[in-house]
Formats: sequence, C-alpha cells, structure tokens
Amino acid sequence: MTPTTTAHVYPVDNIDTDRIIPGKYTKTLDMSSLASHVLEDLDPDFAKKVQAGDILVAGNNFGCGSSREQAPIAIKASGISVVVAKTFARIFYRNAINIGLPVVEVEHHNIQSGDSISVDLENGLVTNHTRSETYQATRMPQQTIDILNAGGLVDYLVKHGDYV
Amino acid sequence: MRQTISEKIISHHTDKPVRAGDIAIVHVDGVMATDATSPFAIKAFRQMGGQKLWDSEKVSLIIDHASPAPNETVANLHKLMREFSNEMGCRLYDIGEGICHQLMVENAHVKPGDLFLGADSHTPTYGALNAFGIGVGSTDLAATMLTGKTWLKVPKTIKLTVNGEMKKGVTAKDLILFLVKELGVEGANYQVVEFTGETIKQMTLASRMVLANMSSEMGAKTGLVDPTGLELWYPFEPIFADKDAEYIRELSFDVSALRPQIAKPHSPENVVAIDEVKGIKINYAFIGSCTNTRLEDLHAAAEVLKGKKLSSGVRLIIAPASKRIFNDALKDGTIEILSDAGATFITSGCGPCVGSHLGVPGDGEVVISSTNRNFQGRMGNPKALVYLGSPSVVAASALAGQIAEPEE
Repeated sequence: MTPTTTAHVYPVDNIDTDRIIPGKYTKTLDMSSLASHVLEDLDPDFAKKVQAGDILVAGNNFGCGSSREQAPIAIKASGISVVVAKTFARIFYRNAINIGLPVVEVEHHNIQSGDSISVDLENGLVTNHTRSETYQATRMPQQTIDILNAGGLVDYLVKHGDYV
Repeated sequence: MRQTISEKIISHHTDKPVRAGDIAIVHVDGVMATDATSPFAIKAFRQMGGQKLWDSEKVSLIIDHASPAPNETVANLHKLMREFSNEMGCRLYDIGEGICHQLMVENAHVKPGDLFLGADSHTPTYGALNAFGIGVGSTDLAATMLTGKTWLKVPKTIKLTVNGEMKKGVTAKDLILFLVKELGVEGANYQVVEFTGETIKQMTLASRMVLANMSSEMGAKTGLVDPTGLELWYPFEPIFADKDAEYIRELSFDVSALRPQIAKPHSPENVVAIDEVKGIKINYAFIGSCTNTRLEDLHAAAEVLKGKKLSSGVRLIIAPASKRIFNDALKDGTIEILSDAGATFITSGCGPCVGSHLGVPGDGEVVISSTNRNFQGRMGNPKALVYLGSPSVVAASALAGQIAEPEE
C-alpha cells in the first residue's frame, strides 16, 4: 500500500511520449533536467505542482509513441510515485515497471485533481479517500509484480542473476 | 497446434510451443540500441553488474538520432557509446552510416525467423523480413545484453488482408496511413498485426518495411508481413501462418480505389484522403526516417522533381536511410536530380523526425513529411503543424508550395 497522496488528473487519451518528455530533451543522463521538462507541453506548471509521492492520473493509451525510457524516468524524477491510467501503451508500461515506477490500469474511476489517493498494488485496488470510493485495477502478470517488488529490473537481475 | 507467425517464431525461441496469452522467457537473436537509448542501457547494464555482453557479435549500437552531435552533452553520450563498444567488442555504427533499422536489415544482422530486440519503437520494421522485432526501453535492452533473454506475453494477432491493385502514385505509405486510421493509435495495443493479401504479396522489401514499421503507430507489439513473394539476397526459410490459426480480429480491405492519404496534426490516426487537405500552404518538406527514405522513395521523389525547381520559399530536406542508399542514389543520378531541384541533403539519420536537430520547424510553420509520427512537438517545436504523407506527395507538395499530389 502506498501512502495517501494527491492526484493530478489529466483526463486525456493518447498522451504520447513527446508530450511526456519532448525528444529534444531526452539526450541526457541528468534526471533533474528530465524532471524539469516533464509534461510541459500538456501543462507548463506540472513540474512545479508535483509534491514527492503524488499520483498522476490519465486516460487511455498513456505513453504511446516512442520507446524512450526517459518518459517514465522523467515522471518518476518529478516526484510522481504511481501512474493510474485507463490503459497504457505497451512499451511505456514495461519501461515504467522496469525502472520501478508502478503503473496501474483502472478503467472506471471518479478521481478528480486534488483527491487523496492510495494504491494497493498487490491486490490491484485504488482508494479515493476524498470520495470514500475504491476502484478495481487490472491484474498484472506475476512477472511484472516480481520485477516491481524487486524495485525494478536492475534490482531484479542483481538479486536473481537471470530471468526466473 | 495451428499457429500464427508470432506463435511460431516465439515457440522457436523457448523450450515449449506457446499460444497467445502464455508468458514466455525467450532467447533473443540480436539486439540494437541508438544514441537515444544506449546511454541509459549502458548505465543499467553496469548497475546490473554487467562485465561482458552475452554475445558481443549480436549487439549493435547505432549513432543516428542526433548525428553528428549537435552539442557537448550529446557528444559525450556518443563518446560513452564508442568507449563501451571498444571495451565490450560489440558493433558500433558511427555517424552517417544510417538509420538503425535500415542498417540491421541491410547488413543482415536481423534475418527471417529471428526474434530481435531494439531499443527503439520502430523495431517492428523487421516484420517485413519475417522476423519478430520488438521495441523495448533501455533497461529491458540492458537485461538482454547481459542474459541473451527477455520475457514476454505471447500476443494475440489481428489479421489484415489487403487485396486490389493500388493506383499509380498510391504507395505502401498511403496504405499504412489508411490502416492506422482504421485501427486507431491504440487499435493493436499489446497485440500483433499480420499483413496478408494479394496487394501485400507483390510488394518490394522496402514497401513491406513501411507497413511493418508503422504497425507501431497502432500500438502493436510488432507487425508481421506474409513472406509470400519476399525477395532477399540470401537464402531463407519463410515462416507462414497456419491456415486455421486463431486471430482476435480479421479485417479485409480492397484498395483499388484508395487515394493518397495524409495524417493531419497532431496524430498519425488523424488521416484523410489528400483531397481534403490539398492546397494547404507549406513551408518545409522532409523526406526521411526509418519509414520512407529508401532507394524507391528517393526514386519516387526524383520522378516528381526531375527538371523542376522547388516552390519559392519552400525548403526540402532529405536524409537518406543509409550511406549505402545515398551512394546508390548518387551512382544512378537520383541525388543530382533532387539537388538540382533544390533539395538539401543532410546526414543519414533520424534528426528532424525526432526533433533532435538538422531541421526543426519554426512557430506556426507547416511541414509535410514522409515520417511516421506527427505528435505535437515531435519535430522539435510544439507550435509547428506536421502533416504526414508518402515521398511522392512530399515532393509534389514541395514543388507546388502546398499539399499536392503528383501529376498523373
């Protein structure tokens, strides 16, 4: 269970990787530079609003487009602890799990910006404390839960030495 | 057990036959990463404790996304890649050699029947070759560099059957834009697209690559083209889908009346027939990317531009998909025709398509481009408007100063 934190809701479909982090900013290993440009074409104030641990909520096909891992890295580096979307594009979904950023698919919810949210990854439940509601998330494959529990794919391989 | 092409290729790479929905740990035949994805892959590889690659012959690094380096940060990332390839003994394609996917195919680093991982979302391109190419991020790639393996969920397959003879001037690009519109940008998410039908079976390798490449724009894990009629310069064993293989969805199209297609800003699914956008004034025309700058694309542009001049105030930038293609086009006179018409040639690579450098549009400028994505900001400026079309349409538009199709 994550701590209860604040939701930032963008009820938009197909938020692509260029809007998450434009290609012109991706050629770097500097996390703070990535974080400073995250989602700037969608909401120029996003990076300033986020407090450590906050939750990002979006519509369908979040993260479509490029394979750039800088997209989930930039989101994580900005302080976001979980991304909730109706669906995720497949490469983004894998990348997020691999870098240890939990991603949760929830088809039906009533989360508004500013709501207090906590997420139970193991049981796939998202709780909205502001509205006293709980939403069911899509169950993740065990392989992804194992990687997420290890803290990401780097730590998974450090621990196991190979895929198990 | 009757299988799709995906199920067959994945079964060949694991210890048991698989069906859609199974989770499998698979052996990988090769991997590649670019200057956009290698730096994080190298960092993750080191963090995983990587001392040596699982097989240095099977790892390629390509400097193509911001090539040559536009600034010191990128120059240092390129330096990191060169040092890593020296230390590990893996292949490095340095600046100007070409675009990653073209190089993998052209140099037969990926072959029919292979399961290949690329740290680039257009890795499905290899489906043109009857290979299973999966786009992944840097950390997934690092894990395969270390272990030679990856894990995946065997995807379900959508079968697209295309029949009918396309009219002159209508190309694989028009067909794939039309199909992206039909399926939508999420239409094949977590799934595979198989392309078959008489239209497909007669296509060149270059045209098949256009289709497989942009299956990524439907969200597909990969796009596999029926290998019937596929001609390669080396012998291979084609892998066909079984007649009664199970598909999640089957769609058929007759394309004999298809018009040239254009994707309007800001999504590759926002597609209309060219007739709806003809006459929109353009500032900048670009022929490039892993989608559309092979020799047949340059020939198509030269056919339109031969003996003519670009419209005043319009710039045309061309980045051939590889040095080999540039040299072939140089030898057969195509480069001269295009250059005489007013085209500017830049280093083979991805630059303008991903907004790295070498051709960023200005505020409010209108671009017609032979690339694959027109997301807002994709070419480096969120205030530009990018339309996608075939190389002939891009050339015809550069000539007319507005979105136009080649004359009959």
